[in-house]
Amino acid sequence: MSEFVDRLAPRGVTHALERPTLELDHVSVSFAAGANGKTTKRGNNLALEDVSFEIEKGERVAVVGPNGAGKTTLLRLIVGSLKPGSGQIHVYGHGPDDHICIAYVPQRNQIDWSFPASVEDVVMMGRVGKIGLFRWPKRRDREIVRSCLDQVRATHLAKRQIGELSGGQQQRVFIARALAQEAELLLMDEPLTGLDMPSQSVIFDILESIGKTGVTVLVATHDLNLAAERFDRVMLINRRLIAFGKPPTVLTSKNLRYAYGGQVHVVDEDESVFVTDTCCGHGEEEA
Amino acid sequence: MVEFLFEPLQFAFIVRALAAAAIVGVVCSILGTYVVLRGMAFFGDALAHTILPGVVIAFLLGLPLAVGALIFGIVTALGIGLLTDKGYLKEDTAIGVIFAGLFALGVAMLSATGNYTVDLAHFLFGNLLAVSLSDLVVTAVLAFIVLLLVFLFYKELLVVSFDQVLAETLRIPTTFFRFLLLVLIAVTIVVSLQVVGIALMLAMFVTPAATASLLTRRLPTMMAVSAAIGVFSAISGVYVSFYLDIASGPSVVLIATLIFFVVFLFAPRRGIVWSRA
Repeated sequence: MSEFVDRLAPRGVTHALERPTLELDHVSVSFAAGANGKTTKRGNNLALEDVSFEIEKGERVAVVGPNGAGKTTLLRLIVGSLKPGSGQIHVYGHGPDDHICIAYVPQRNQIDWSFPASVEDVVMMGRVGKIGLFRWPKRRDREIVRSCLDQVRATHLAKRQIGELSGGQQQRVFIARALAQEAELLLMDEPLTGLDMPSQSVIFDILESIGKTGVTVLVATHDLNLAAERFDRVMLINRRLIAFGKPPTVLTSKNLRYAYGGQVHVVDEDESVFVTDTCCGHGEEEA
Repeated sequence: MVEFLFEPLQFAFIVRALAAAAIVGVVCSILGTYVVLRGMAFFGDALAHTILPGVVIAFLLGLPLAVGALIFGIVTALGIGLLTDKGYLKEDTAIGVIFAGLFALGVAMLSATGNYTVDLAHFLFGNLLAVSLSDLVVTAVLAFIVLLLVFLFYKELLVVSFDQVLAETLRIPTTFFRFLLLVLIAVTIVVSLQVVGIALMLAMFVTPAATASLLTRRLPTMMAVSAAIGVFSAISGVYVSFYLDIASGPSVVLIATLIFFVVFLFAPRRGIVWSRA
């Protein structure tokens, strides 16, 4: 029985701390890949091709690129809900499927906001992996939920139904859920789309403070200006990894022209690069 | 008034009918919250129809109807799950094909026998007043198992229904729980067969849960309110059926539907009447 329970609900692995938080080694995946990474006859086109990089603990990394560049695909690969066709993905030395500490904050349009769940309920969902099968939340779990809500400054929202929140509040609740999951790697897909400047700024403050606790943050965004200003490193992709490093070395006019082709206007002004992103950023099609 | 309530209870078959209706009211409406939240109404309706051949075979062989229904229900639930899980067909297409095919098979088999129209009517609309004691025991046991599983896997079913990717990052076996839900729906249909029949099954899954969704904001309360509406409709439906001499299945469903529309119009804050004001 206990073996059955373990198989149904694994409780995570011990991390190999000498290994990088996240490493991708020559990862490729095709558009038509299902959960098993096998390609169907219809699509031999690669959604991502030969992507390799390493990310260290506590870094905040922005993943940028045009629509359809494979940003969502990359996040889904790291989460483990999509399997690479070739290459390897390691999180602290283990495959994604071994971990329950990788949190994913989906694009807001992926969530049914009319679902009958309060803010507290949603954050408690992050605890489900730690609580384990056939057990119920204990006082400690409720304390963790409360402190996670506190960290994202949403304690006063605890009893609200999730559909009653503003866009920024919804993002904060999902960050709290990731914290409740005791996430060490936090992946966010376009968390800033549709948020006003003050809400974006609050989110960045929160990401900064959780970065200090050793949580590594990877954010897919189409907003190049924010990527340049608020992240430690920027990863520019368009099916391939084009550049990865400090924002000024990555977001050069040469790299951007290469990545975006006609979709971006690059205007050189006194050595600095002024970028106008023309794409809407409303979600990539499913990989 | 008291007489009104107690007079039917002197008949043992009415007492059994009330008990069966109450059990079905609870199970259908609680599982129905998942049917509503996950948009599985078409699946539920189709599954109810696909069990007909199983019921007919059991009927012709003189076996308990629940046995045939259970086998066909679980097999088709898993079959539809497999067809769509591997991406061979879109879910509603797979359901449509299997649903119509098996229902036709059931009607064809039944039409080859003597008492075709009466039997078909019983399968389609239920035959609540013919619930035997052994039927009642089977109903109660299956209902208990369904509710126990819904309770034991509450956290996991909640996560899988709300956010598939979260379920995956928590390494909850999403396919297992999807199939579990399909099987639970199949078993619940079998439980409800005699009370509402195949054709009206969908109403028992969807209507109380839909009503509850207008009144509540959290899943546990939605389940509780849905169950209360389900039980109330079931029991009052049997009384209405007794006094007005109409078929019991439709009478239960009509009451549930009436409650839905009253709530739809007058629900606090979300009802049509208030939001227009």
